[in-house]
Amino acid sequence: MGTLLDVKDLSTYFYTDDGVVKAVDGVTYDLQEGETLALVGESGCGKSVSALSLMRLIPWPPGKTVSGEIFFDGEDILKVSEDQMRHIRGNRMTMIFQEPMTCLNPVLSIGTQMSETLELHMNMDKNEARQRSVEMLRLVGIPDAERRLVDYPHQFSGGMRQRVMIAMAMACNPRLLLADEPTTALDVTIQAQVLELVKRLSDEFGTSVILITHNLGIVARHADRVNVMYAGRIIERANAADLYREPRHPYSLGLLRSVPRLDQSRKEKLEPIEGLPPDLINLPSGCSFWPRCKYAIDKCHEETPPLMEVDKNHWAACWVAMDRRLT
Amino acid sequence: MSEQTTQPTQLRTDEVLLDVRNLKQYFPVTRGLLIQKKIADIKAVDDVSFFVRRGETLGLVGESGCGKTTTGRSILQLNVVTSGEILYEGVDLTKLKPSQMRPIRRKMQLIFQDPYASLNPRMSVGEIIGEPLIVHNMSRGRELRERVEEIMRIVGLNPYFASRYPHEFSGGQRQRIGIARALAVEPDFIVCDEPISALDVSIQAQIINLLEELQEEFGLTYLFIAHDLSVVRHISDRVAVMYLGKIVEIAPRAEIYDNPLHPYTKALLSAVPIPDPAIEARRERILLTGDVPSAMRPPPGCNFHTRCPIAIDYCKQALPELRDVGGNHMVACHRVGPGAL
Repeated sequence: MGTLLDVKDLSTYFYTDDGVVKAVDGVTYDLQEGETLALVGESGCGKSVSALSLMRLIPWPPGKTVSGEIFFDGEDILKVSEDQMRHIRGNRMTMIFQEPMTCLNPVLSIGTQMSETLELHMNMDKNEARQRSVEMLRLVGIPDAERRLVDYPHQFSGGMRQRVMIAMAMACNPRLLLADEPTTALDVTIQAQVLELVKRLSDEFGTSVILITHNLGIVARHADRVNVMYAGRIIERANAADLYREPRHPYSLGLLRSVPRLDQSRKEKLEPIEGLPPDLINLPSGCSFWPRCKYAIDKCHEETPPLMEVDKNHWAACWVAMDRRLT
Repeated sequence: MSEQTTQPTQLRTDEVLLDVRNLKQYFPVTRGLLIQKKIADIKAVDDVSFFVRRGETLGLVGESGCGKTTTGRSILQLNVVTSGEILYEGVDLTKLKPSQMRPIRRKMQLIFQDPYASLNPRMSVGEIIGEPLIVHNMSRGRELRERVEEIMRIVGLNPYFASRYPHEFSGGQRQRIGIARALAVEPDFIVCDEPISALDVSIQAQIINLLEELQEEFGLTYLFIAHDLSVVRHISDRVAVMYLGKIVEIAPRAEIYDNPLHPYTKALLSAVPIPDPAIEARRERILLTGDVPSAMRPPPGCNFHTRCPIAIDYCKQALPELRDVGGNHMVACHRVGPGAL
């Protein structure tokens, strides 16, 4: 197993009328082959922007990746031409979204859309592309796949559309699949089906997955490693098992404690994280989390903590976590 | 899953505040542009009966399209009910004239899911919260301003911000504004329609705690509509599970989570991921196959039979009635409980 993706000091900013939004601010991480890595965090923490930055899909203006390197299969994809990038995108690196209709074309049949991708990236002829499409649709569990090729996206239900999108994303046998909140719009029973499908296919194809979500339960079930993000930075990184056993950053701890759990006896009161997520234009000095942190010390207001190894393979960006375990 | 049954509040009485009987809410499907012909009905709510006691929280769960939101809106008379009775303090709301309904509306309020769509962007927060007080002739002038400030304080908003507009607030704060508006007219009963689904994880617990505090302080009764089963377990005294316009199971909280009977309830519970990889690795899932059928053409017999892992031929023919299996636990399934097939 090698390293498939190596992201170094990636920053993506948005230049708005109100000021510079540092959506992703100096993020460094890696992804191993065949691994499922989760990016967890709340809305506005930069998890989606960091995925779009990998695909080089940040709209300019107002957004721009201002610094960093993204080594994908050993090549810095921030340096390749737009033409080369087009061959990587949708072929070796694909993405599925929260809302399938944002990536499916409503006026083209499913078959046409799938074949187009295959003909473009895999140099298949019409017949091969059609066969491969049927095969993929069967693989994702669309009944009557052959007949449904002529159907349009609106003729599928939400869960089925998600399956079609997964079929399209996996058709070219990608090395990396970016799944951006793939099940947030779906019902719980359909959610379970879709996530099992992503897991089965990525195992079968040996695809690495970056799973972007705010749902800590989904992460626990599907991720090998986790990056927790807050206000544009990674604030904790660990194996899923270690993170859930003992979160070291106060924010991760707070998140885990604030959700009611079906496997534990009911608490009289929930323990929320007090306060509000920060304004990305006017971030607090030092650690962005200190105004909401009950462990904060003076140093937290003054200096931004880097991601430091607090245990073996367990990293946290917190001055307090360096010295002691949180209780 | 052990359950502590501590209920400290004396507010919860046996008095039934709301009694819904055989509620049906159909929406016509029409075809044609000029001459509209009715071709079918969407049976959004199909013969639903339940009651809510004063001071309790009834959780109403189910997947999108199951009719839970429609049920809430029908209770508040925001739809013209197709048939059935909605008894609020013994009065059938479906038979009232609009003028008779108005004073009752004050007692029944609604908190919406989307705090972005449910606040008028052209009104200041003070105007939003004060409007229902003016509509119901409850206060005006200086008194109104003081009342608005008081309510803002109660829901955890700084009264200083009364002159600001909704866009200046975050999602969680907007939801507090929505709650303040509902609370302003001193209601007894509030329909909370997915009040935290649109909020960030770290904010959800804040709003849940607020709703619980308000319930205790003002003796409120909630119909809490949600799809998140772990949140519903936290906040509800009793829970009703809906599927395709029907209630399939209804029971006290501990009963439904420790001893779910209906195969759909079981599948729903097993689909909720638990934030602990060690537990998740060991857990068995009941994966339902297929999608929810269309409410326009629900399957005959038990409408869950198309996805049910334990369905038999009889389920395709006969509609299961909601029946009591003991301990106030009601379930609509031929295959479970005493006398099961």
